[in-house]
Amino acid sequence: MTIAPHRAVISGIGESRVGRVPGRSALQLQADAALAAAADAGIAFHDIDGLMTTPLRVERWNMPAGVVAHQLGLKPNYLSTVDLAGASGVAMISQAVQAIEAGLCHTVLCVAGQNLLSHKSRADAVKSMAEGGSAHPQFEVPYGPLVPSLYALIAQRHMHEFGTTPEQLAEVAVAIRQHAGLNPNAHKRDPLTIDDVLSSRMITTPLHVLDCAIVSDGAAAVIVTRQDRAQGHKTKPVYLHGQGFGLRHSHIGEHKDITTTGAVESGAAAFRSAGVTPADIDVAQIYDCFTITVIVELEDLGFCPKGEGGRFVEGGRIRPGGALPITTHGGLLSGGHPGLPGGFFHVVEAIRQLRGEAGQRQVPDAELALVHGNGGVASVHATLILGSQPHGRAP
Amino acid sequence: MSERPQPNPDPATAPYWTGASQRQLVMPQCEACEAFHFYPRTLCPHCGSQAIRWSPVSGFGSIYSMTVVHRAPSPAFEGLVPYVVGLVALDEGPHLMSNIVNCEPADVHIGQKVLATFLELSDGVALPVFEPIDKKSS
Ligand SMILES: [Zn+2]
Repeated sequence: MTIAPHRAVISGIGESRVGRVPGRSALQLQADAALAAAADAGIAFHDIDGLMTTPLRVERWNMPAGVVAHQLGLKPNYLSTVDLAGASGVAMISQAVQAIEAGLCHTVLCVAGQNLLSHKSRADAVKSMAEGGSAHPQFEVPYGPLVPSLYALIAQRHMHEFGTTPEQLAEVAVAIRQHAGLNPNAHKRDPLTIDDVLSSRMITTPLHVLDCAIVSDGAAAVIVTRQDRAQGHKTKPVYLHGQGFGLRHSHIGEHKDITTTGAVESGAAAFRSAGVTPADIDVAQIYDCFTITVIVELEDLGFCPKGEGGRFVEGGRIRPGGALPITTHGGLLSGGHPGLPGGFFHVVEAIRQLRGEAGQRQVPDAELALVHGNGGVASVHATLILGSQPHGRAP
Repeated sequence: MSERPQPNPDPATAPYWTGASQRQLVMPQCEACEAFHFYPRTLCPHCGSQAIRWSPVSGFGSIYSMTVVHRAPSPAFEGLVPYVVGLVALDEGPHLMSNIVNCEPADVHIGQKVLATFLELSDGVALPVFEPIDKKSS
């Protein structure tokens, strides 16, 4: 095997405890995850010369990357705060690989997380999210939408255009909860039924409380390093094969075709650059802030035709053991959702699956994983295709 | 009850809110290509022109999507639940978010014809909202 001089590989992953983790600050949670990732990669903190993080809602830092680097005792040659809202976690990996392959640094710590649940009451979290930028401050906030309302508008239109049903939406929550039940670090692990979802409190039609992401504490970290530096280490390296980004609107109210998103462009670019198709993907970590998000993304990424997402998720297809297990750590619906960094856990889970270390929820022989992040209200999209082999699928 | 969030106009949006305070719905319209758009953009999304004026529109439209909100986002809305947040497709083309008012939330549906009216929030500040023209229409 030849080693490209500057190719980047993913060599370490780590998570803090996820769920209700009282008494730990955002920085303490991030340190927990970062230390775990460094240990997993077999490196010391002084080997790290790049740092990426995301903004937080619980802290008012004017330069998060600087604060986090300093707090962890790093003196990075390259650092960046990546903000594509919920797509930030996916985007950090893209940027870390680019920085290493450009020769700016050799080992990047990507770390993000916060104590969103314990930091303040749930009511405050709802209010801060509702007014925190997802809704347009002048043209949407005065009408009183919750963040779930902004996605409910997509769901209602999808049901109108394609006949998608509340049961199909509920199936997404049930399937992802089944995955969470197999993840010891997931926040919500008790089994759910379709009826549980449909009989849970209606928040904003057609979305029930169990159609919505939870609120959690937690942090995740990933080490990306130059391939030659990962040689001989015990953990299997994971490779970035393809990536793409997309945007069709800023706020949902100004998008005139709300059942189709920029995931069309991000997915197409990711598959094109990886040289594979949706049929080649063994496991997909789909951003799941709401049940409808998963259905729309599965369509836009090309796993099924537009409008077929509701029928696609039926029959156990996305559950453990299904033809396309999705969001196998339990996602934002059940695994944990510490706000903006929540989508980073999807990346960690894809890497874990490709290393064959996902325990009871391991997808057999997973060689290719897709990770999709979504920021804003289905606004900004980022897609990664990761693999366990250096070059595409083994013949 | 805490106060309902009020729009905070800026130079790019002030004509919209001035229009609303005078019970007139106005929309950005490109002077180069004549197309309407909304929300306000720095450049026309259709042709890229920076020459954008504000033009009155009819206020007629139809419901593109809607949701009945059962859990208030903040105390200001607690007395209003359940209420309808909708996306309205104006007859002139642009979409906007609004509340669908003066009707039973359960009767509101996609495709329903609506007409703009105005909700006075405070002295001089009015919010465009919509009401069904005919509650049986579809
Ligand atoms: Zn124009």
